[in-house]
Amino acid sequence: MNFDFSDEQKQMRDEARKFLTEQCPPKAVREVLDGKAPYDKALWKGLAEMGFLGVAIPEQFGGAGAGHLELCVIAEEMGRALAPVPFSSTVYLAAEAILIAGSDAQKQKWLPKIASGDAIGTLALFEGKSNPSPKAIKVTANGGVLNGVKKPVADGAIADFAVVAARTGSSGRESDISLFIVDLKAGGVEVKSLTNIDLTRGQAEITFKDAKAEPLGAAGEGWSVITQVLDRAAVLTAFEQVGGADRALEMGRDYALDRIAFGRPIGSFQAVKHMLADMYVSATLARSNCYYGAWALSTNAGELPEAAAAARISATQAFQHCAKNNIQVHGGMGFTWEFDCHMYYRRANAVALGLGSLSYWEDALIDRMRKKNAA
Amino acid sequence: MNFDDTPQEAEFRAVARKWIAANAPKEFEEELSKSSLGRIRLAKHDMVEVGKAWQKKKAEGGWACLHWPKEYGGRGATPIERVIWQQEEGVYGKLTQPFQIGEGMCGPTVMAWGSEDAKRRYLPKLASGEEIWCQLFSEPSAGSDVAGLRTRAEKKGDNWVVNGQKIWTSGAHYSDYGLLIARTDPNVPKHKGLTMFFLDMKSPGVEVRPIKQANGMQEFNEVYFTDVVIPDSQRLGAVGEGWSVSLTTLMNERMSIGSRLATGVPEMFEFCSNLMLEDGLAIDDPAVRSKLASWAVKASGLKYTSYRAISALSKGERPGPENSIGKLVSGLMLQDIATYAMDLEGAAGSLTGTDEEQANGQFQQMLLSSPSMRIAGGTDEILRNIIAERVLGLPGDIRVDKDVPYNKIPTKGR
Repeated sequence: MNFDFSDEQKQMRDEARKFLTEQCPPKAVREVLDGKAPYDKALWKGLAEMGFLGVAIPEQFGGAGAGHLELCVIAEEMGRALAPVPFSSTVYLAAEAILIAGSDAQKQKWLPKIASGDAIGTLALFEGKSNPSPKAIKVTANGGVLNGVKKPVADGAIADFAVVAARTGSSGRESDISLFIVDLKAGGVEVKSLTNIDLTRGQAEITFKDAKAEPLGAAGEGWSVITQVLDRAAVLTAFEQVGGADRALEMGRDYALDRIAFGRPIGSFQAVKHMLADMYVSATLARSNCYYGAWALSTNAGELPEAAAAARISATQAFQHCAKNNIQVHGGMGFTWEFDCHMYYRRANAVALGLGSLSYWEDALIDRMRKKNAA
Repeated sequence: MNFDDTPQEAEFRAVARKWIAANAPKEFEEELSKSSLGRIRLAKHDMVEVGKAWQKKKAEGGWACLHWPKEYGGRGATPIERVIWQQEEGVYGKLTQPFQIGEGMCGPTVMAWGSEDAKRRYLPKLASGEEIWCQLFSEPSAGSDVAGLRTRAEKKGDNWVVNGQKIWTSGAHYSDYGLLIARTDPNVPKHKGLTMFFLDMKSPGVEVRPIKQANGMQEFNEVYFTDVVIPDSQRLGAVGEGWSVSLTTLMNERMSIGSRLATGVPEMFEFCSNLMLEDGLAIDDPAVRSKLASWAVKASGLKYTSYRAISALSKGERPGPENSIGKLVSGLMLQDIATYAMDLEGAAGSLTGTDEEQANGQFQQMLLSSPSMRIAGGTDEILRNIIAERVLGLPGDIRVDKDVPYNKIPTKGR
């Protein structure tokens, strides 16, 4: 058994950390937080130059052709640095959907642009207050055009294209749903930015009015592709969450060592030590679940659906727990705009919802465990 | 990243599997597979006797304490082979319960600090289960603060004379030998006046009294020492070095990976899959599913954390500190699971019947036994301190008695 990343993968993680420490310090994140830019363009370009955007994209489509394990270690660092770029939307969602369902021509058209940083993509799935469900999809596709409203769409306001889930049938079954690629800069598309709790990542409402759409994958196969994309993205996002959780834990630990009260470092009080120990426990459990998810993802194992749900739940809980208690360890200073704690708190709670909420994934995990037990 | 055995590991696994298939006491398989926390009992047989027979058979086949050197009763196996063996041994591993303290703590301490004669005399019999060992550390006034222990050992010629009392000694009533830490110098600070010994539990002056536990069972004991004579040849480490010696023991406890840690999750999943509530199966209820999922990811998180440690072993590295979270997570989870399973049964949840309808009473037993999981082998609070200090590098607690001679430490009732 070798339940660990290889030395080369660990080296890549170190490189990513070094790069992000230099190129994405909290000061850079704050540029986006304070509304001075919709995302960090220089960082996006840098990530492309480092080869990180296309790390899991095959070489024939302009990527590095490394694989998903390499993408996992980079994801962890992106989460740790709170990178204010459309990485997850473009790389975990749009690129994965095209890799799974795209024709050769579609792959040739989009994947090299993603790898080079020339195209930002996203997945337009949600339509208001609901978790992923074929029933919740009302946007229609008829005669090559889409009509309806998607909301929220992560990074929708800065994306060049979107993979859109739309209704092509009315049988009440999953096979009513098909996927399309839509050029968001073309006619018939209206994009409106929406404010959200994570000010370092955008959300948008996208209205389609006879917007031209190109089918992605076979008609009626959309929901099956969405399910696969969400499972992959769940693992990758979980690595971001673990990176964020670890950083929040470190921030809390460092502050507890530094801050003196009652004549001693507050980290010497058991109430504080135990809070930090519990954060470490959450982060460790999440990391281990993520490693299993990474294995399942990289080998496309039959265990992926269950592993992805477990990684997602565990990492969501860990990031929320660590971000919340990091503020508590910091006391009053943790509640200031000036300290970075709130940026992790915002991200932890926004990312917890982006692919479907915790309860959605809890439900999915139990379904998947039952299926396995029955088999 | 993979779960594959190396060719050598695969070969070892095949040999182990074949031997177990040919030799395991299959007549107990079903009973053992059903027994969970607080219920490792065999209806018609004595656990210790059945365990001894299995351990003896393993020793004869070269499968006992297999990571120990051959000359001390082991197989000279690698740490990863030991883990593979534990995986293959499966439910029969529950039969090794009476030997775990000896194998995990006493044996390694004798191995590290004992004379060559002592190692050859005691370790093979410990490994084969012929002689069972217990650990005599905790005292009524020295639990988490074990270095504050009071049991005295005084030098008389070539012997030591021991007086005092130990408590929470698992298996003392069926043990042949004990690993004993005692105070040999009360005039120096508490950590500096301790010495480690081992002794014959049948020595005159040793009295073992069972403790009736909160769950109604009797697994632990009090052990009283009245002028018990221990030869100086049974001292482990130098006089006054007992604390360092005890750290070897405790380190070995932390290193024992293989995780036979009960979480309660498989039992709970099965229970919820079969329990019919007013509106259908419990497992179809969203509230139940949410809780089950949270527990399931803790259990899987622990499992894969141990896999990470196993991988480190497989590469010849020392496992990191991650493994220290196991008992902290599982202890509380067992208690929570038991409480919730009973909650789902409504008023009938309090019944301890052992019929099918009552899920064999397993959650009621789990509820009553689980408090001990959060205390024995380091309380939840001590484990959090260990994580905070050794893993996260936070300051140690302020210890007002650290540099005070032991006999000057203010205390109650001395």
